[in-house]
Amino acid sequence: METTEALALPKTHYLNAEYGIRSWLLTTDHKRIAILYLISITLFFAVGATFAGVIRLELLTPAGDLVSDDTYNKMFTMHGIVMIFLFLIPSIPAVFGNFFVPMMIGARDLAFPKINLLSWYVYVVGAIFTLVAITAGGVDTGWTFYTPFSTQASNSNVLTAAIGVFIAGFSSILTGLNFIVTIHRMRAPGMTWMKMPLFLWSIYATALINVLGTPVLAITLLLVAVERAFHLGIFNPAYGGDPVLFQHLFWFYSHPAVYIMILPSMGVVSELIAAFTRHSVFGYKAVAFSSLAIAVLGFLVWGHHMFVAGISVYSAMIFSVLSFLVAIPSAIKVFNWTATLYKGSVSLDAPMLYALGFIGLFTVGGLTGLFLASLGVDVQVHDTYFVIAHFHYIMVGGALMGYLGAIHYWWPKMTGRLYNEIWAKLAALTVFLGFNLTFFPQFILGYLGMPRRYHAYPPEFQALNVLSTAGATVLGIGYLMPLIYLLLSLKYGRVAGPNPWKATGLEWQTPSPPPTFNFDRTPIVTKPPYSYEQQEADLA
Amino acid sequence: MPDVASPQEPPTSHVSQTPHVPGEPHLMHHFDDMEQQRETATLGMWVFLVTEVLFFGGLFAAYMIYRVWYPTTFGVASRQLNIYSGAGMTVVLITSSLTMAMAVHAAAQGLRRRIMGFLGLTLFLGIVFVALKGMEYYHEYLEHHIPGHGFQIVGADPNHAQIFFSLYFIMTGLHALHMFIGFGLLLTMMYMAWRNYFSAKWHTPVEVAGLYWHFVDIIWIFLFPLLYLVDRHR
Amino acid sequence: MWPRLFPLFPQEASTMAGRVDALYFFLIGVSAFFIVLIASLVVYFTFRYRRRQRDEIGRPVTAGYTLEVVWTVIPVLLTMVMFFWAANVYFSMASPPLDTLDVYVVAKQWMFKFQQPGGQREIDELHVPVGRAVRLTMASEDVIHDLYIPAFRIKADIVPGRYTTMWFTATKPGSYHFFCAQYCGTKHSGMTGQVVVMKPADYEAWLAGGSGEGSMASQGEKLFQDLGCITCHQMDGQGRGPSLQGLYGHQVQLTTGQAVTADDAYLRTCILTPGGTGVAGYQPIMPSFQGVVSEDQLLQLIEYIKSLASAAAPTTPQGGRPGSRPGETHQAQPPQGPTPKTPPAKKQPQ
Repeated sequence: METTEALALPKTHYLNAEYGIRSWLLTTDHKRIAILYLISITLFFAVGATFAGVIRLELLTPAGDLVSDDTYNKMFTMHGIVMIFLFLIPSIPAVFGNFFVPMMIGARDLAFPKINLLSWYVYVVGAIFTLVAITAGGVDTGWTFYTPFSTQASNSNVLTAAIGVFIAGFSSILTGLNFIVTIHRMRAPGMTWMKMPLFLWSIYATALINVLGTPVLAITLLLVAVERAFHLGIFNPAYGGDPVLFQHLFWFYSHPAVYIMILPSMGVVSELIAAFTRHSVFGYKAVAFSSLAIAVLGFLVWGHHMFVAGISVYSAMIFSVLSFLVAIPSAIKVFNWTATLYKGSVSLDAPMLYALGFIGLFTVGGLTGLFLASLGVDVQVHDTYFVIAHFHYIMVGGALMGYLGAIHYWWPKMTGRLYNEIWAKLAALTVFLGFNLTFFPQFILGYLGMPRRYHAYPPEFQALNVLSTAGATVLGIGYLMPLIYLLLSLKYGRVAGPNPWKATGLEWQTPSPPPTFNFDRTPIVTKPPYSYEQQEADLA
Repeated sequence: MPDVASPQEPPTSHVSQTPHVPGEPHLMHHFDDMEQQRETATLGMWVFLVTEVLFFGGLFAAYMIYRVWYPTTFGVASRQLNIYSGAGMTVVLITSSLTMAMAVHAAAQGLRRRIMGFLGLTLFLGIVFVALKGMEYYHEYLEHHIPGHGFQIVGADPNHAQIFFSLYFIMTGLHALHMFIGFGLLLTMMYMAWRNYFSAKWHTPVEVAGLYWHFVDIIWIFLFPLLYLVDRHR
Repeated sequence: MWPRLFPLFPQEASTMAGRVDALYFFLIGVSAFFIVLIASLVVYFTFRYRRRQRDEIGRPVTAGYTLEVVWTVIPVLLTMVMFFWAANVYFSMASPPLDTLDVYVVAKQWMFKFQQPGGQREIDELHVPVGRAVRLTMASEDVIHDLYIPAFRIKADIVPGRYTTMWFTATKPGSYHFFCAQYCGTKHSGMTGQVVVMKPADYEAWLAGGSGEGSMASQGEKLFQDLGCITCHQMDGQGRGPSLQGLYGHQVQLTTGQAVTADDAYLRTCILTPGGTGVAGYQPIMPSFQGVVSEDQLLQLIEYIKSLASAAAPTTPQGGRPGSRPGETHQAQPPQGPTPKTPPAKKQPQ
């Protein structure tokens, strides 16, 4: 049984091993780099959320009366660019992947620590370019940069924004490269692929997409930038160029990109469900292989963004079938997580609330994806608020909930402190309720016919928009709460000790916060992951 | 039960003056042995090269599509390029891959002068390649084949031909950029060889640089027929 | 009663709308089932298996393959049902009936211009008769736009550099919103209007009050002369360019040996490409009219060329007279034989 002596923070750990700004800006410790990312992406989340706030405020009334047309167009563009490229894509991999991949596989660092630091700097440079684009007058092409509007007609900072996203993409590529090589080459002795925690499977699948998909976005944006700067004609119909070719190239990356955003969250959910049911994840192999299946199939469905764009009926049908199939592995995961609860020992700590919230909201988001894969219905709902609701259920209800769950789960390990559990539960509930109120009405709005990217709308759509904005306010409060209690916990939180959740996994075998080099000696792994029976036997 | 880590004195850097395995000064702190370090470096470069394939791949895809749509114009435009220059550049670059392979071989034998010699030769051939490309670009400029305002071409739709030349300049330009990065790598390898950094036991950076150089060569081997050899039999 | 107060879907005002809604409701039903299922299971298990003591762990469960197979196969089957049903609806959307009223749409920042074959022009409003299949041929003057009519459940992008088409048959007189549904710049959200569906008699009356400009084909004929096309494309075939009599819808031999169908897209390419498209037996000396003709004018020229279908009637009657429809029956696919003198009334199944 546990002793009840007061826990103390370790004397030396990665946060106090060295002091000074140079020790942070020139660090190669994966944990410090993770913290650098944590601070940066939180900042950009705030920027992106501010744009969302303006959008929702404007949409309270049917007339476009809060901001001008051009300003509104810039708001939704920059909301998308910042949230996707500067927040969601890095989020879990760059923070929790960087922090925990080496620890979970029993390594002292990632394969390429200096490239890891480089990836953060590349991210910062890309982010600066994007900030310049934002502050120097904004971008108004939509985050999708469709041609010929972006190359010919837009009067905004397309070039700067495209360059910013281009550079930030290389940060993703380097991170993905690092994870792939690390997982292949640096697993501790005894840790076979099938003994890896499911978070690592998700990170690996995500890294594959990062490495294969992002270069195509890079070259596409490069072509847009060059065309805009030098007035070439690759996507310009007047020269015989094809605007739809841009869409194919763009979506070839940007569809797999959404799996970059959701897979890591799914990995987190696997960890959370296991830890807070103290149960092995049901169907481990199915979940692991589902991650890979999502990564592979995800590359084959990009055309479902283009069903009304002028592609042939036959290619539309092929993309439709594949889009249905890519939903299946996700469904398998949801079923397996639910089955893990069966005969588990369920404890509703804050991280678990986020995990359960994820299951509910991701299920809604995933099922509404089927509406979009259905050709006959997609014609009606494409480019309407239905699509916006769908992807926000996945990205916010799914990915962001997973991110918040990860923060709450691993905060004690990263900082050595526990936060106030009551406030954390309250925040989770606020986020869940606020989220549904914000985005569920948008499904209805979409089928009714309200198009997306609309500054002003017919009056009959107002009631639903008002509900949505009310929800957004609640959601905003739900996001502010963790900011406050997590920061407060750094000073006033109880000391956590090595394993406050009594979870399995190598990361919980180190002190909290961990020392710079994680492990004194490379651990030797003998047990499968989530072996709670073994852990119980060992502690007895 | 896995070993539990205990608090420790943090070393000052990764490439340590006091190596964590005696007798292995090049062994970085987070690796267990040189074998792991070498395999990791090589796998890392291979993964990076895969990303480069996808990077150029988008351009190749765009090129293929327009080639299928405008075959005649692409043929006429392709014939404007100097095939002798292109062929010469191909020979030069393939030879540079040979000299690079010899450099790696020399590194495996720890022969310092020979490593530097072959690296230098590779660098020289690379510079010849880029110089030939520069001359070609200048020639295109004189012929008004630079897409944009003053573009002219005889015997083909100027709009579609501009698409060909846009792709030509972007693809070969991107390739040339990769050559310049390669020059940086080669110079770095030469410097490291001069400082006696390499030995038969450890010369991984040269191997990895070799992989990169061969990749840049392979890209050119695809670019040359696609850009220069369209409809040459007519 | 409450659907009118708090509508969850738009009015069903076209022949496709009911089919789309049926599919939509099926999807909602399946989704609701699974959401309730998962939510109930999660809530039930969370309560039933809540942690009762500190340090309690979960009890072992043997994971069998059967369950995994079952909950893989069932979703696959369900999704394939969805796929086939939806693809069927989509295919119908892509297959207009043979007999349609052809309306031409030119989209530009930030308005839709509609032109009926009889020459009637409208901006941001489209009048159509109820019960008649209407086929929209759409072009853009600048960036990608999209015409979306929620009550009809149809939508199609309008891409510059090509023609896109969609069709509908309205079933209820009334006024229905349309929106531009592809972001196109500053006033994207202002690029809206309405489709006014009228009873046939009312529609005829509306047509009669129509424009004095003349039908599209007669405007096209005027352009044909003003731009000098007539100089080379003489009707007797003696000119430097081929005669356009009876050309529309037929096969054309190119110098490359290929045979192509002279449809709208082909004619547009001919007019805009320098040297023409390389018709066998003729020199490639046709100048390009890129920048000389607008998208509207291109459509008028094409309507004129279409009207040259029969050898007997080289010019079309002057527009404005009710009932005159120079385009006659418009065929969706190029006919194998000589073009229509057949009366329009053949109804196609949906």
